[in-house]
Amino acid sequence: MPKFDKRAGNVLVWVLLLSAPYWMPAVGSYVELGSHVVVFALAAMALNFLLGYTGVLSFGHAAYFGLGAYGTALTIKYLVPSTPVGMLVGILLGTAAAAVIGPLIVRLRGVYFAMCTIAFGQVFYYIGFQWFSLTGGDDGVSAWHRMPLDLGFTSIDILNNPKAFYYFVLFVFAICVGLMAFLLRSPFGRTLIAIRENERRARFLGIPVDRHIWMSWVISCFFVSVAGTLFALMNNFVDPRALRWDQSGTFVIMAVLGGMRSFWGPLIGSAIYLVLQDYISSHTENWMSFIGLFFVLIVLFFPRGVLGLVRRKVVT
Amino acid sequence: MTLLLFNVFNGLIIGAFYALMALGLSLILNLSGVINFAHGGFLAIGGYLAYTLIPYLGFWGALVASPFLVACIGIAVERVLIRPLYGRDPLYSLLLTFGLAFMIEDGTRFIWGAQSLPYLIPNWLAAPLSSEYFFLTGYRVFMIVLVAIAVLGLFLILNYTRLGLRIRAGTLDLETVSVLGVNVRVLRNLNFGLGIYLAGLAGVLAVGMLGLEPNVGDNLIMPSFIAIIVGGLGSLPGTLIGGLLIGVASGVTSVYFPSASEAVMYVMMAAVLIVRPRGLFGEEGRF
Repeated sequence: MPKFDKRAGNVLVWVLLLSAPYWMPAVGSYVELGSHVVVFALAAMALNFLLGYTGVLSFGHAAYFGLGAYGTALTIKYLVPSTPVGMLVGILLGTAAAAVIGPLIVRLRGVYFAMCTIAFGQVFYYIGFQWFSLTGGDDGVSAWHRMPLDLGFTSIDILNNPKAFYYFVLFVFAICVGLMAFLLRSPFGRTLIAIRENERRARFLGIPVDRHIWMSWVISCFFVSVAGTLFALMNNFVDPRALRWDQSGTFVIMAVLGGMRSFWGPLIGSAIYLVLQDYISSHTENWMSFIGLFFVLIVLFFPRGVLGLVRRKVVT
Repeated sequence: MTLLLFNVFNGLIIGAFYALMALGLSLILNLSGVINFAHGGFLAIGGYLAYTLIPYLGFWGALVASPFLVACIGIAVERVLIRPLYGRDPLYSLLLTFGLAFMIEDGTRFIWGAQSLPYLIPNWLAAPLSSEYFFLTGYRVFMIVLVAIAVLGLFLILNYTRLGLRIRAGTLDLETVSVLGVNVRVLRNLNFGLGIYLAGLAGVLAVGMLGLEPNVGDNLIMPSFIAIIVGGLGSLPGTLIGGLLIGVASGVTSVYFPSASEAVMYVMMAAVLIVRPRGLFGEEGRF
């Protein structure tokens, strides 16, 4: 019975995502918000790979998200005006940075790990902020835009057609999510869950825990930098705020809001968060207070998230 | 030479800010395992309260009253919002204080406005003490002395009062302290207040040093984290030294490579984590 439920859930998610551009305008929304939700869902799911499935709290994922975004923006602006090449550079940049930082922090645990990820994350914020000649400092990298996809026999105009861009984002999202699901089902993924459940026992079983956490960290940062490249392409612009620690907090709250222990949780969290933010920021200037209040309320009254709550209802 | 001295001194002053912030953060982290993201927000409240109180109480009155009021706010916040989170994943207290930081920043902007406020310090403190060493203004010397007194006071409290003894014992083994009949809830509450008091004090000093903006704490909180990591988790002297060290290091670097003055802190942090992951004075196996 639970297996059937899971499959039905998967089908429902994909049907909703695939048909989004057609029903979103009908409920008073717009397609760009859909792209936004999918991009942030990918980032939050990538974070959840580490947070929910390996049990390691990172509060610095914005750095790798932002590096992906900057890599893409700078490549398209200065080197090669091509969307796929820009994405590739962005992803490589984000993943390489994570791979280098990883060994410094994988020995740490708990709050200490979180604190070091925050602090290292800020390094890239300062670089983005201060390297004015390359990154434009606080003004960000502008005066470039994503390029239509050239497939040889035809070209897809993702620049001017929001629907085409949404499906492009969804396509990348699908590949990444499929990969993540595959990894989590593999013996490697099971090992990560074992580490989350009981690190000491996993160590006694001969699992090299630090190396697995490092791998999980790099994989997670890889996916978050993919989300970062999509973020840059979506806005045709990137500035240091994409790298800042409050961005990391947004990813974490999305994962918590949707439900950390479930695969699709972060997607739901992302949708709720962004729709709410969109609504609040169009109604009041003090949206920061409301977002802050939202954080506080979720932590105090809703720590298991939407899917956690649903699951508990089903069980009882 | 004067330039170098000037920058070392500047680094020492900014390091004193880092150290005050980091000591408060460290107190709370050690006893309760909470990373208080809102610490910078409490600093801002301290500064703005002092700014509001100075016309009524004068500078000295505000210097006494404002950190105390901020500590009271901190105690109330701990009681209502943070207490329910003890014993849960540290993720939740992080997220909560994170949201709180947003609310405080936006709240101060709402009440006091977004533009930065001018310095308000007594004239005789603002004047340079010597014409050769123009950077030695009375206020800066006064600040260093005050921070030294505050730090000394903190160590006296921790070493020679019952409360301090309990805080130190609780840092090592909270369960045993609880079993011995100490009310751990009250202990954590007061400890939180003590940490926030230091943030408030830093805030008042910031009025005359850094100027006031709603996000004044933002630039101080990251270096404070680094100070804790460099100094070592669980060690307050380590935190103090870490704060001064990174302050002076970034001050000295700004003489030679101005744009690297922030990067040098992170380089130091990376170096410490490679060579000695527990920090310079941290205990083995604490995390």
